Amino acid sequence: MPKVVISGSSCRDFTHGETEFEVAATSFRRLIHELEARFPGLGAHIEEYMAVAIDGVIYQDAYHAALKPGSEIVLIPKIGAG
Amino acid sequence: MSKIHVTTSINGEPAEFLAEAHESLLDALRNTLNLTGSKEGCGSGDCGACSVLLDGRLVCSCLMLAAEAGGHEITTIEGIADGDKLHPIQTAFLENAALQCGFCTPGFIVATKALLDQNPNPTETEIRYWLAGNLCRCTGYDKIVRAVVDAAAEMRGS
Amino acid sequence: MTFIGNKSDLRVVGTRPVRPDGVDKVTGRAVYGADATMSGQIIGKVLRSPHAHAKIISIDTSKAEKLAGVKAVITAADIPNIPSEEAFVGEGPMNFRDLSLNCMARGKVLYEGHVVAAVAAISDTVADAALQLIDVKYEVLPHVIDVEEAMAPGAPILHDDLFTAGMTPKPTVASNVAKQVRFTIGDVEAGFKQADVIIEQTYTTAPVHQAYIEPHACVAAIAADGQVLITASSQGHFMIRAYTAKLLGIDIANIRVTNAEIGGGFGGKTVVYLEPLAVALSKKSGRPVKMTMTREDVFRGTGPTSGGTIYVKVGATKDGKITAAQTIIKLQAGAFPGSPINPALMCAFAMYDLANVDTLGYDVVSNRPKVAAYRAPGAPISSFAAESAIDDLARKLGMDPIDLRLKNAAKQGSKTVYGVTHGVIGYEEVLNAAKAHPHWTAPLGKNQGRGMATGFWFNIGGESTGGVFINEDGTVSVVTGSPDIGGSRASMAMMAAEVLGVPYEKVRAVIPDTASIGFTHVTGGSRVTYATGMAVTQAAQAVVEDLKKRAAMIWDISPEAVEWKDGEAVPAGANAGGFDPLPLAAIALKAGKTGGPIGSEISVNAQGAGPGFGAHICDIEVDPETGFSTILRYTAVQDVGRAIHPSYVEGQIQGGAVQGIGWALNEEYVYNKKGLMDNAGFLDYRIPVASDLPMIDAVLVEVPNTRHPFGVRGVGEVPIVPPMAAVRNAIRGALNLELFHLPMSPPRIRAAVDAAKMPKAAE
Repeated sequence: MPKVVISGSSCRDFTHGETEFEVAATSFRRLIHELEARFPGLGAHIEEYMAVAIDGVIYQDAYHAALKPGSEIVLIPKIGAG
Repeated sequence: MSKIHVTTSINGEPAEFLAEAHESLLDALRNTLNLTGSKEGCGSGDCGACSVLLDGRLVCSCLMLAAEAGGHEITTIEGIADGDKLHPIQTAFLENAALQCGFCTPGFIVATKALLDQNPNPTETEIRYWLAGNLCRCTGYDKIVRAVVDAAAEMRGS
Repeated sequence: MTFIGNKSDLRVVGTRPVRPDGVDKVTGRAVYGADATMSGQIIGKVLRSPHAHAKIISIDTSKAEKLAGVKAVITAADIPNIPSEEAFVGEGPMNFRDLSLNCMARGKVLYEGHVVAAVAAISDTVADAALQLIDVKYEVLPHVIDVEEAMAPGAPILHDDLFTAGMTPKPTVASNVAKQVRFTIGDVEAGFKQADVIIEQTYTTAPVHQAYIEPHACVAAIAADGQVLITASSQGHFMIRAYTAKLLGIDIANIRVTNAEIGGGFGGKTVVYLEPLAVALSKKSGRPVKMTMTREDVFRGTGPTSGGTIYVKVGATKDGKITAAQTIIKLQAGAFPGSPINPALMCAFAMYDLANVDTLGYDVVSNRPKVAAYRAPGAPISSFAAESAIDDLARKLGMDPIDLRLKNAAKQGSKTVYGVTHGVIGYEEVLNAAKAHPHWTAPLGKNQGRGMATGFWFNIGGESTGGVFINEDGTVSVVTGSPDIGGSRASMAMMAAEVLGVPYEKVRAVIPDTASIGFTHVTGGSRVTYATGMAVTQAAQAVVEDLKKRAAMIWDISPEAVEWKDGEAVPAGANAGGFDPLPLAAIALKAGKTGGPIGSEISVNAQGAGPGFGAHICDIEVDPETGFSTILRYTAVQDVGRAIHPSYVEGQIQGGAVQGIGWALNEEYVYNKKGLMDNAGFLDYRIPVASDLPMIDAVLVEVPNTRHPFGVRGVGEVPIVPPMAAVRNAIRGALNLELFHLPMSPPRIRAAVDAAKMPKAAE
């Protein structure tokens, strides 16, 4: 099962402090659904404010981003433009 | 309050227009004469984006009243090229990539012309101090200085 | 298209042609925001609050409305009162209600310069007179500017409904601290216990403005059927469309925005200030309305970047291995939440391979203009502190500053504080290039010092649309939705010319209005060459596939038997047939007969943008008597992936470095006791001028990002990250003085010299 880490403190309110999760999801879209089901509000928060870094490559607003077991999967705050 | 009738010469051609007493030459050029090449960056003479030549002398057109143009020769960026033949300064700016957003570029080109008209072989320091009245936020001035050096060489025929 | 590994295979990419919009820009023909007009237009102007913090008791516009020549007066009553709606938009997290309130105050003014009303009149003179006739009654409230003061108990509170997010338990008392965030890996306490040497210091930076030379400007018209036309300069005409639609409740399809040329943005033009007001004035007056800001408006009313307080603690063992790094950052957001606190925390130590890092940050509101993005938002601020501390650490350890960084350098496989492992990056390459550069070992004289610092930025991808269309004569049109801030039309045309195999001069790049091309995200985030370039490249590839099919039709052979080589269709082999090559122009001539117009428009949401690293070396001479600094020499090394047009890549590096130099030495907002800005003009808000600087040596290191067909990495933002610490470390070298507060202006250096009781340079 893919393992997901939530970076930073922005999600702690939703997850009661937990930051690491094993998930069944194989795409970012499914991850949002799965985490929303587990922690109401978290999925929506992730969809709006977080990007996912998979083995070091940052995907921002990409439902299709594939999550594989063994990959490093980290949810980080989205990066803005300057 | 009635407007002032101004008769002047702009880029070698006679020009007549009406200006309010407090109106700057920059505003008259841009809004009345439709010569929008000179830009307003600050309105207080600190950025040089409005640079024009007044009888060959470099001035900030935002610091000059439109009415003061009467009887003088004004050169704006629109008068630097010779028809569709670019001036060597303009060509040098393009070839050196001496512009990024291009907003300050008209002011720099006019200021450069004023410099090279009186000093055809300026040193880098002379260039930098002459152009200190023109602000650029994009380029860091490096390629602008190189363009001026190239233009000067081209104009000297070297 | 796969990544082209061998540079020598490239014909156009990597050369330095003249940009296609260049002649317009050197002759004054290019149309910028304030140059645009609409037939029948009248002039719009705003009334700004003279107070830093006040309740609006009443606004009486009756006299202004009666003035001859005034066609409309608006206040918040004429702008929809939209509900709170948070979203992540171009520059970062935003609340649309805050954006609306920032454009036009409602009930309260939160900074000097906050717009309270606007007028539209037949001339500037009448509009100015009308503003004088608007009677606003204020109840002045205590104000707070400084970030520490805004966080202190008893500080005047800006928003009664702002409770600090990210705190447990949830606070019940309103605060100026909008949120608290933390990123941690490892165990810093244990890490510091292992350290032989520790550096611990608090730094401050002042807010600085992007200081683009072109003030904001637009002209807008709404017709009787509700359709809106806007011409504006901005970093994104789709952004103007989206925000105007959101703030005024208009269908997006009813707004068409034409992109005027933009005179600088640097992040500050990724939001709206004027456009919704211009449309509202147009609605009320029935006329197109033109609005331009003055320079004073720009300073008093538009977003600078945050100032802040940064505490840094770093520790290392005596061989130079950093065992722990910690930072606490408090950033000013201005009147509404939204300082770049996340990236500030994430970037501070991103250059290093560290096991124990703790970063804690606060987003704090205060009575100043709402901050806007500024080139690598947040990173320059945290890097100023972190890179100064790392440098002090190097000296305490007796190590060369580049060697200390090499010893701890992030590389492929290093984990950041935000938990992501770096992929292929160019930090070590950049450090080695800096170390090998003759600048690093050049001799120095009296009161001269050398400093270096490094920096990191993520760079983003995002949504872009690019189209490539073949004209009937075989010339090419490239269209994109990305406003050209710095020469990107050239690189778009170059990439298309490369793929098509045609001369660069046959390819013209334009930026059409929002109705004429697919959605494109802002020009910013160092994304255009990467993401829009990717769209253009893919469109060009699709066109090549189509050209091969058309050639096959002309030759009456199978498309599989056709190849594309150097701008021509050629038979794939002897078996395909003895046909002469068909140049693109010949195929274009028969486009109608072979199926119709030849072209492709591709939209992408580009992922996997590669981060960039920079290392800067600065030589400075400081006069201890006057505190005046002269930059003697400056070298900026950066990993640029692959430079499509090296001159414009160098230009980004040089420009960013010089903005950083201004940030380091002179730029700041000077406030008086009433919270009003004293230096709202270019005379006293001192940005670098040509005589302040030497040439800036931009050294391009290329470690390609293979996710882009040409290996591009974004370059625009990285160069502003290292300069402040590089300058600070150089001043330390010159006068043996550690400085911790920006800007390091002459009075500050003089005060530091006095404090250190240095002997005067009289020998």
